[in-house]
Amino acid sequence: MGLTRRSFLKILAAGTAAAAAPLAGGGLVRRFRIRPGSPNLPAFVASRETPGTVVHLSGLPNSGGDVAVAYAAEPNTRTGPGEAGRRWVMVIDLARCDGCRECTRACTAMHFVPPGQEWIRVYEMKDHEEAAPYWFPRPCMQCDNAPCVKVCPVSAAWKREDGIVMQDTSRCIGCRFCIAACPYGARSFNWVEPPHTPEELAKPDDIEWNFRHRKGTTEKCIFCPGLIKQGKLPACADACPMGAIYFGDQVEDAVTNSQGETVRFSELIKENAGYRSLEELGTEPRVYYLPPRKRIYPAPPAEPEPATMGGHR
Amino acid sequence: MPRRPDQFSPRERVLLASLTEAGPGFYALVGVLLAVIAWGIIAYTVQLRYGLGVTGLRDNFMWGVYITNFVFFIGVSHVGALMSAILRITGAEWRRSVTRMAEAITFASLLMGALMPFVDMGRPDRILNLLLHGRLQSPVLWDILSISTYLTGSTLFLYVPMIPDIALLRDRFAEGPAWRRRLYTLLALGWKGTEVQRHHLERIMGIMAIIIIPIAISVHTVVSWIFGMTLRAGWNSTVFGPYFVSGALFSGAAAVVTAMAAFRWAYHLEEYITEAHFRRMGYLVITLGMIYAYFTFAEYITPAYKMATAERGYLTAVFSGQFARLFWFTQVGGVLLPLLLLTVPRISWVPRLQRVLFLRPVPALATIATSVAVLLALPAVLPRTAALGGFDVIRQLPVWIIGALGGWLFLTLLPVFRQRPIAAAVVASLLVNIAAWLKRFVIIVPTLQFPFLPIQRAPAGWAIYQPTWVELSITAAAVAGFVLIYLLFSKVFPIVSIWETREEGHRPGAALSPAGGHGGVADAPAP
Repeated sequence: MGLTRRSFLKILAAGTAAAAAPLAGGGLVRRFRIRPGSPNLPAFVASRETPGTVVHLSGLPNSGGDVAVAYAAEPNTRTGPGEAGRRWVMVIDLARCDGCRECTRACTAMHFVPPGQEWIRVYEMKDHEEAAPYWFPRPCMQCDNAPCVKVCPVSAAWKREDGIVMQDTSRCIGCRFCIAACPYGARSFNWVEPPHTPEELAKPDDIEWNFRHRKGTTEKCIFCPGLIKQGKLPACADACPMGAIYFGDQVEDAVTNSQGETVRFSELIKENAGYRSLEELGTEPRVYYLPPRKRIYPAPPAEPEPATMGGHR
Repeated sequence: MPRRPDQFSPRERVLLASLTEAGPGFYALVGVLLAVIAWGIIAYTVQLRYGLGVTGLRDNFMWGVYITNFVFFIGVSHVGALMSAILRITGAEWRRSVTRMAEAITFASLLMGALMPFVDMGRPDRILNLLLHGRLQSPVLWDILSISTYLTGSTLFLYVPMIPDIALLRDRFAEGPAWRRRLYTLLALGWKGTEVQRHHLERIMGIMAIIIIPIAISVHTVVSWIFGMTLRAGWNSTVFGPYFVSGALFSGAAAVVTAMAAFRWAYHLEEYITEAHFRRMGYLVITLGMIYAYFTFAEYITPAYKMATAERGYLTAVFSGQFARLFWFTQVGGVLLPLLLLTVPRISWVPRLQRVLFLRPVPALATIATSVAVLLALPAVLPRTAALGGFDVIRQLPVWIIGALGGWLFLTLLPVFRQRPIAAAVVASLLVNIAAWLKRFVIIVPTLQFPFLPIQRAPAGWAIYQPTWVELSITAAAVAGFVLIYLLFSKVFPIVSIWETREEGHRPGAALSPAGGHGGVADAPAP
């Protein structure tokens, strides 16, 4: 523990120094996260490999000028702080979600999610009698005030500097307190030994890709840090045919969807009355929702799918 | 000491006989208990092999019977602190012959309770992570700290006042079996009963009696906080700490009543455990039951009055939905009925009930038995067609009829219970404990049935919680383990404190006077 804590502090210091360098230059620190290879991208490459690189943004709407790229080398240690200077954020536009569940399928395929689990689950919601039904994709909210992190007795769940709530299945003792604590039902348990496909076994056992899966441990969505590192969108956001899932960095105030639309996060939320799920619980989620207003898709059936509840026990 | 320690009065000889004499009943019971435990171990190995998937637990129902057992056993364990500490401090002399029973319950049930979270763990092989990577902000660590503290404290609390008795046994079994001689010599710590030793003992007990009370209260408060510290509707309650503590004391006191009756009957301890003891324990159970009922009411009325969106689901399910039968049984059968049964022997008009024809045992029992038989036959006879418009009404009818029959049966049996107060106390305390277990289930499961986001897209069978044979087998084994530890304890150590009951008065052979609270002259003020 002492070792990891020390190295954690070291990394923290390194990250702070790196982040401070461009600040000293007087430039506005704002960095857009761009999904390389997407259509309609401005002609530049976010050169993430070179800390402190300043890139110029011209093609983006509302681009504020120079944008600094600054981050520390990211060690893939268990307690690593994540990508320094970043605050990953997701915006899900419920007006665009047509409930096709491509996000769930992409997530399941990418992470080899064991049967019975859906790390991003698409709910059919209807808030009250008069309300219109809508689809509600629920990934892990990566809460800043995460109930699961608080209750974990062994630090198997922890919060990274970049906002991601990580999960270490090689430390988890399987008490399932985090599942009890999560108000979003975003956590799943490996009740039996998960089936291991050759594809999964061929890949390295990496905490940032969230496999291998282990019996008797808890798992969940972790915003695909492995893909983010490569400058790609998380699997669900990338797969959404409607472009309903935006992903990006709150610090650089930009989010991108699968259509290659990169917009200012703050304005997207302000203009569309963005909200967070169960705001009243104070969990401070990092996933925002845009209300299902003027939907551009067929609504779910008026009667939401009943939870398959039994009768009297 | 007024007499030499190796001299035993007749009633003490009865008590000593309970240590050495074991009839076929004892061996049969031990055999059955061992069989149940062995079956539970088999069930656990199945769980280890295939994972928690062999239980009824699933993502939405991450906790179930194991955690119910945990809360139940830890709750029952609270009686040790109550009986030993509170009654000791307040100088209630009648406690002397029952405190060790209570403390031994604490010991045995704490062991079983503390075992349950480990049975519930998905990765028991990583148990050391709790020490290597433990985080103090997790209520799991609070539980570990408080339960281990309480286990240490209550073991000392059981052991220290037993030292003079162990010394008595050491002298008594000087020529007895070698294991007893060695065990007693070791545990007696060279006790000779000198003034200094007695002074030290009383000092230790005085300190322990004070500090064990906050420890005990903290234990069940912390247990309640594994629920109270979550955001879930139904668990997110500020009153959970005291509510759990009150329920713990209620169930523990009832468990002592059962133990008193069992040992009184099995070991012929009528001289030590008199009807007066049952009456006084009855008062205690009644008082604790009313406190518990008050907390239950407070816990449910505040959300039920408002019926906020989050709470509406589980409250409706508990009051009138799928958990209603369980819930109302815990309240009527687990609180109201036991309190009535404990009160009945004091009510003067009860015998007059027998003047009413339909409340006389023979006609009443005959009618009730016939009605039950008819009711059982009814579903087979009735046509099961949808065309029968009122079918649902008919199907619901037996619930109310059975309720009415139960009430009738209760009224008929009242005069019987008045004549047999101990039987009434035992029935009451068993009801309390069965309902206490069920109530903990009703605290845990309905809340999980109604999370903030509805249960959707659950794989078949994942949307309700049905405990499997594995969970039930392990639960049965835990109960058997509790009884076995308790039973073996009573075979190695006297289940009634010899030196403390000897100190009580000058009349070694005399039963406790009906008033109970006469202090022996030789008594130092308690502790």
